[in-house]
Amino acid sequence: MTKHTLSVLVENTPGVLARVASLFMRRGFNIESLAVGETEIPEISRMTIVVNVDELPLEQVTKQLNKLVNVLKIVELEPAHAVERELMLIKVRADAQTRGQVLETVQLFRAKVVDVAVDAVTIEATGDPGKLAAMLRVLEPFGIREIAQSGRVAIGRGGRSITDRTLRTVPGSSTQSA
Amino acid sequence: MSEQITGAQSLVRSLEHAGVEVVFGIPGGAILPAYDPLMDSQKIRHILVRHEQGAGHAAQGYAVASGRVGVCMATSGPGATNLVTAIADAYMDSVPMVAVTGQVASRAIGTDAFQEADIRGITMPITKHSYLVTDPAEIPRAVAEAFHIAATGRPGPVLVDVSKDALQAMTTFSWPTDVQLPGYRPTTKPHGKQVREAARLIAESQRPVLYVGGGVVKANASTELRVLAEMTGIPLVTTLMARGAFPDSHDLHLGMPGMHGTVAAVAALQKSDLLISLGARFDDRVTGELSSFAPGAKVIHADIDPAEISKNRTADVPIVGDCREVIADLVVALQALYAQQPGDADRPDHSAWREQMQALRSRYPLGYDEPEDGTLSPQRVIQRISEVAGPDATYTAGVGQHQMWAANFIQHERPARWINSGGMGTMGFSVPAAMGAQVARAGEVVWAIDGDGCFQMTNQELATCALEGIPIKVAVINNSSLGMVRQWQTLFYEGRYSNTDLQTGSDAARIPDFVKLADAYGCVGLRCERVEDLDDVIAKAMSITDVPVVIDFVVHRDAMVWPMVPAGTSNDMIQIARDMAPDFGDEEL
Repeated sequence: MTKHTLSVLVENTPGVLARVASLFMRRGFNIESLAVGETEIPEISRMTIVVNVDELPLEQVTKQLNKLVNVLKIVELEPAHAVERELMLIKVRADAQTRGQVLETVQLFRAKVVDVAVDAVTIEATGDPGKLAAMLRVLEPFGIREIAQSGRVAIGRGGRSITDRTLRTVPGSSTQSA
Repeated sequence: MSEQITGAQSLVRSLEHAGVEVVFGIPGGAILPAYDPLMDSQKIRHILVRHEQGAGHAAQGYAVASGRVGVCMATSGPGATNLVTAIADAYMDSVPMVAVTGQVASRAIGTDAFQEADIRGITMPITKHSYLVTDPAEIPRAVAEAFHIAATGRPGPVLVDVSKDALQAMTTFSWPTDVQLPGYRPTTKPHGKQVREAARLIAESQRPVLYVGGGVVKANASTELRVLAEMTGIPLVTTLMARGAFPDSHDLHLGMPGMHGTVAAVAALQKSDLLISLGARFDDRVTGELSSFAPGAKVIHADIDPAEISKNRTADVPIVGDCREVIADLVVALQALYAQQPGDADRPDHSAWREQMQALRSRYPLGYDEPEDGTLSPQRVIQRISEVAGPDATYTAGVGQHQMWAANFIQHERPARWINSGGMGTMGFSVPAAMGAQVARAGEVVWAIDGDGCFQMTNQELATCALEGIPIKVAVINNSSLGMVRQWQTLFYEGRYSNTDLQTGSDAARIPDFVKLADAYGCVGLRCERVEDLDDVIAKAMSITDVPVVIDFVVHRDAMVWPMVPAGTSNDMIQIARDMAPDFGDEEL
């Protein structure tokens, strides 16, 4: 089984997340990560779905996704040709003695501190999953108190866009005439 | 200023614009506003059923028989959830259906209001698409899109859930001139390169079989199929959903494949070197154990739904498209290929293979043992009904032994005359489905072949039939038990008959008495227990055309469905009777 990152463009309508999520569930696929947000066209949302499956089941789930009326386009992003990022907020124990070391780690990973308390700091970090995992390992000894992590977002490298002209004909799209 | 109407009036007007002539349904609190303007509609006949499941199956029967979209209507909560079985059935068998349900007022949604159920959420996995409409201005567009989606591509059920306040609010009506669904573009025109590749494989094959599924019926492709089959001389099997797509009487037809298929049909698939699958989906009841299904065959798989292709069995040549266009294009491609090879000698000759399969068909015809005590055999009852009513009649079936006998012993000659629950296997399908088919085919003969178990699940619709002038004929194949389950108990559970005795037979409590039940419902009730009475009783039933008829055919209890491929085993394990394997004549192949 290998990890696949799917970019799914969907109509920005109520219920579409439930449709996509329940389809994965009933066809027996586990979603490893899911992130949803509007695109440059407000009527279109983009879901980035990371799923752990073999090649053939992936083809099946892609075909099933394509059958959903609200799904406009599905693109699998190859890791080598895409930028993948996750956002993580980490609350780490840090008192007067350890704060310096924690801040050093923050700088090393080019993260930043977004909140400070007497006994803890909250760190905001972005990166690919490997970088974030590495940072967590270094922070671990100080005592991690809480983590909030976003789903992965990804975009293809280069100048091309997957929200191409055909998608700009979505009803109500402000760029319809463009 | 445009005319102000209620959302309910907009809904009824939308249904009229969608071409709806018949709605099967039951009113209730949330849908109540819609029933008021429905009463005034000159175009729509509403048929008041006795249970929403009946409305759903009736809409299915109507859809298959009419070739139109079937419509059912129910209120929120329990009304809507009672539709669920029929919606799931329509989804599995790709029946075009629109289910309109009332929903609690939008401000009450999510508050566990009286008769509230999230029917859109509940039906999400079993609908092709669904709408929750809370803005009355959205009603026409939702209805227009629902009918478009239900009827096009791979057909299926679409739910339109409308909140009560949207039905009550004032709005204006404007029917959309076209539907804009950028995420929904079914492919109907097959790819020319794929079709040519398929033709090449056919021309090279030694042992091809046309594996014909329900998609051929839905695509109205029987004429094209016949041209293809006769031009190539390739033998053919029709699945449970495709019975009637090709005449049973035709010499190329080997019968139905699968768990209860004919020996010839099962053997043809197993021994084939090329399966030409047309609108079929390699269902487990056809393939048996998938890993040993048609082990030597390449696969051409044509289907309008790309997700079906290579789902269960990897296709060598996938073709996405409407079956009618696929078959028509295949005929042209094959003709072009033949034209390059002048002289019959170079053309593919499948005659040896065909004759082997036809010989198997002759050696292992469908058959059954007559009981020696003069009681009725269920197979004979069904066979005689078919012989008397003929191929122009419509036959519906429930699920179980009687369904398999009806699939095999009715002479299926014409498409869309056989309406059953294939994928879902819904007991209780036949009476309401027959009701819907009879509404679509007024004046024609419609037989519901039913079992005593199935019949007791939905027979309340006999009241609907009697009152609405829908004169269906119901043949209850009464073996006093849940027959198919009993058969498995006989074969796989050492004859321990746990909870399969229904006591409806002659030597049992006979509760209920189906003749009295029919009488109570305003139908003609008849009973037949002896083989010598069979023809008279069928003739009597055929002579009654103004009211529904129910015949209690009290049949031999131990009759079993043969042939049979035991569940989960290879098709090669087919048995023609208990512990009796056919001789495939392997040495000849």
